[in-house]
Amino acid sequence: MKNGFVREVAEKKYEYGFTTDVETEVIDKGLSEDVVRLISEKKGEPDWLLEFRLKAYRHWLTMEEPTWGHLKMPEIDYQAISYYADPTKKGQGTGGKEQEIDPELMKTFDKLGIPLEERMALAGTAVDAVMDSVSVKTTFREKLSEKGIIFCSISEAVKEHPDLVREYLGSVVPYKDNFFAALNSAVFSDGSFVYIPKGVRCPMELSTYFRINARGTGQFERTLIVCDDDAYVSYLEGCTAPMRDENQLHAAIVEIVVKENAEVKYSTVQNWYPGDKDGKGGVLNLVTKRGHLRGRNSRLSWTQVETGSAITWKYPSCVLSGEGSQAEFYSVAVTNNYQQADTGTKMIHIGKNTKSTIISKGISAGKSQNAYRGLVKVASTADNARNYSSCDSLLLGSKCGAHTFPYMDVHNDTAVVEHEATTSKISEDQLFYCNQRGINTEEAVSLIVNGYAKEVINKLPMEFAVEAQKLLGVSLEGSVG
Amino acid sequence: MLQINNLHASINGKEILKGINLTVRDGEVHAIMGLNGAGKSTLSNVIVGHPAYEVTKGEIIFNGKDLLAMKPEERAHEGIFLSFQQPVEIPGVSMVNFIRAAFNAKRQYQGLEPMSAGDFLKLMREKRKIVEMDSRLTSRSVNEGFSGGEKKRNEIFQMAMLEPTFSILDETDSGLDVDALRIVAEGFNKLRTPQTSAIVITHYQRLLDYLKPDIIHVLIDGRIVKTAGPELALEIENRGFDWIKEEAGL
Repeated sequence: MKNGFVREVAEKKYEYGFTTDVETEVIDKGLSEDVVRLISEKKGEPDWLLEFRLKAYRHWLTMEEPTWGHLKMPEIDYQAISYYADPTKKGQGTGGKEQEIDPELMKTFDKLGIPLEERMALAGTAVDAVMDSVSVKTTFREKLSEKGIIFCSISEAVKEHPDLVREYLGSVVPYKDNFFAALNSAVFSDGSFVYIPKGVRCPMELSTYFRINARGTGQFERTLIVCDDDAYVSYLEGCTAPMRDENQLHAAIVEIVVKENAEVKYSTVQNWYPGDKDGKGGVLNLVTKRGHLRGRNSRLSWTQVETGSAITWKYPSCVLSGEGSQAEFYSVAVTNNYQQADTGTKMIHIGKNTKSTIISKGISAGKSQNAYRGLVKVASTADNARNYSSCDSLLLGSKCGAHTFPYMDVHNDTAVVEHEATTSKISEDQLFYCNQRGINTEEAVSLIVNGYAKEVINKLPMEFAVEAQKLLGVSLEGSVG
Repeated sequence: MLQINNLHASINGKEILKGINLTVRDGEVHAIMGLNGAGKSTLSNVIVGHPAYEVTKGEIIFNGKDLLAMKPEERAHEGIFLSFQQPVEIPGVSMVNFIRAAFNAKRQYQGLEPMSAGDFLKLMREKRKIVEMDSRLTSRSVNEGFSGGEKKRNEIFQMAMLEPTFSILDETDSGLDVDALRIVAEGFNKLRTPQTSAIVITHYQRLLDYLKPDIIHVLIDGRIVKTAGPELALEIENRGFDWIKEEAGL
């Protein structure tokens, strides 16, 4: 009976693991200055951007891949990856103009539950759909532009709003920031660009859906969000990839600029292919995400539900410069089978009366390793800075690991920094209690995990919260026999 | 309703039940008494399908069906309920969500649609009254921070919600003060019908005064060594178990 259950669950497949058969232009594998130039040329970029890429590339050559994560990283051969893959017809597919989109691509996004026809779209959500290196379509652009909101692919923004992009690109995450940020800055392909003008409250959720399709490629997306004074936007990000035996590299950068009295909510539901149950394949998710709270009383919240990827290594962070600015980080990271995660946040308090909250929930199952790593830094200028951190770990089974690495660096006596941590385990007794009441084991795990994570899930926009709940259940199937 | 034939069961390779025979008919309440370690809790765990116990021999027939072939949740859907001796806490899962998941799982098993949230909350309010349970408790996480008495009340509350046909009360009286014992026992009695049956495991006459069992069994060393009417419980209260052991030649 027990074995039957395990087998049944083990045979369950990653739901998004299909591939799309579409003619894709993939450049030759390998990385060199010529490749950087080729990417820039393919995208028809101005010189200043090529220069930016080349500086980043040359700097990257001087750097070493970091090894400090609590992770067993497979060796990445940077010459064995193709840095550009374009699945759109004749390479014309950047952005939202009413051009012809390959029906196969439309079908793919439909299958993923992301319809690209506006009349079928999720109520109140505009989508930028990115496959491999290219944005396939951005919906609701016209409607948003009526309010002066710019929502398009970054490639297009470079052409149509070069001054904005030039002003902010690399201003939050400089290309020298870290090894993967330098790599991204050299070869970044597509991603989304958002600009919310002064005093505008974005009337719908903006979202980007990232999909890796092509084999042997990496995805290096770049997202830039600028929220001007007194503006507001809620932005969502979703990710999936086909099942492949090899590891696929995903090294993205997200930069957010928040000005005076402005508020940005950034939510991620990350469900990249996690590899199979023996740890073969899966996406390496090595991402630099950072927000700069520049204005007084600005607000930024990161909410992430991380269930996918073979390796997740990222710290969505906040630099709180503006006086009275407030930042939040809510995270649920699930690891199962052989998945590894080393994730958390950095809260850098610079301005006076700044406040940050960190709520992290790690869930480990199978033979996975799940680490929270967080830095709370209070500069000497940050009078009355406040931080509250709470890091909980939940273990399913006895072969997984949970680790917490909190760092605090406080240079101001008026600051108050609090940290709490707990570790708990789903016990056989809890599961049996549920079973005896008629709740099967899978449902019981889902109930317990969702109860544990609800503080974070509740922060997600409604439709995403429902998806995230289901995802938590599915990700942990087979974790208890 | 329930028929147990020559049941042998072990845990970690150690045999605890050594041939149990027991028949419970519709409407009957049986009490099982015995010293610690005699196998009383093992018997209740085996009936509900706890995975730690291995049945090595024998059968349990429940309303004509082979109970041992069913998963624990199927046994629950078929109408078997255990009031746990030590109910576990499940932090983060609210009582409402928990009991609704259980309730709707049973409805699904019966081919019924889930009950609407409004009707469900109304039903909860009615059933809470049976054990005089505060609404404060049902809005908390399952058993989290409940006192011993509140946990036992919560067990009978869940029983009222799920309306099992066969219940096992495993030392439901342990850790209860006199008032809580009365409330729990009276709650149980309100749920009794001619179609429902129960096994009550206890060390004390006190609970049996309320529940008025039809038949008393004495379990010693994995076997039922004596079965008689309610007067047996009183005799045990006065004389202990030694005389039964001697009688059985143990």
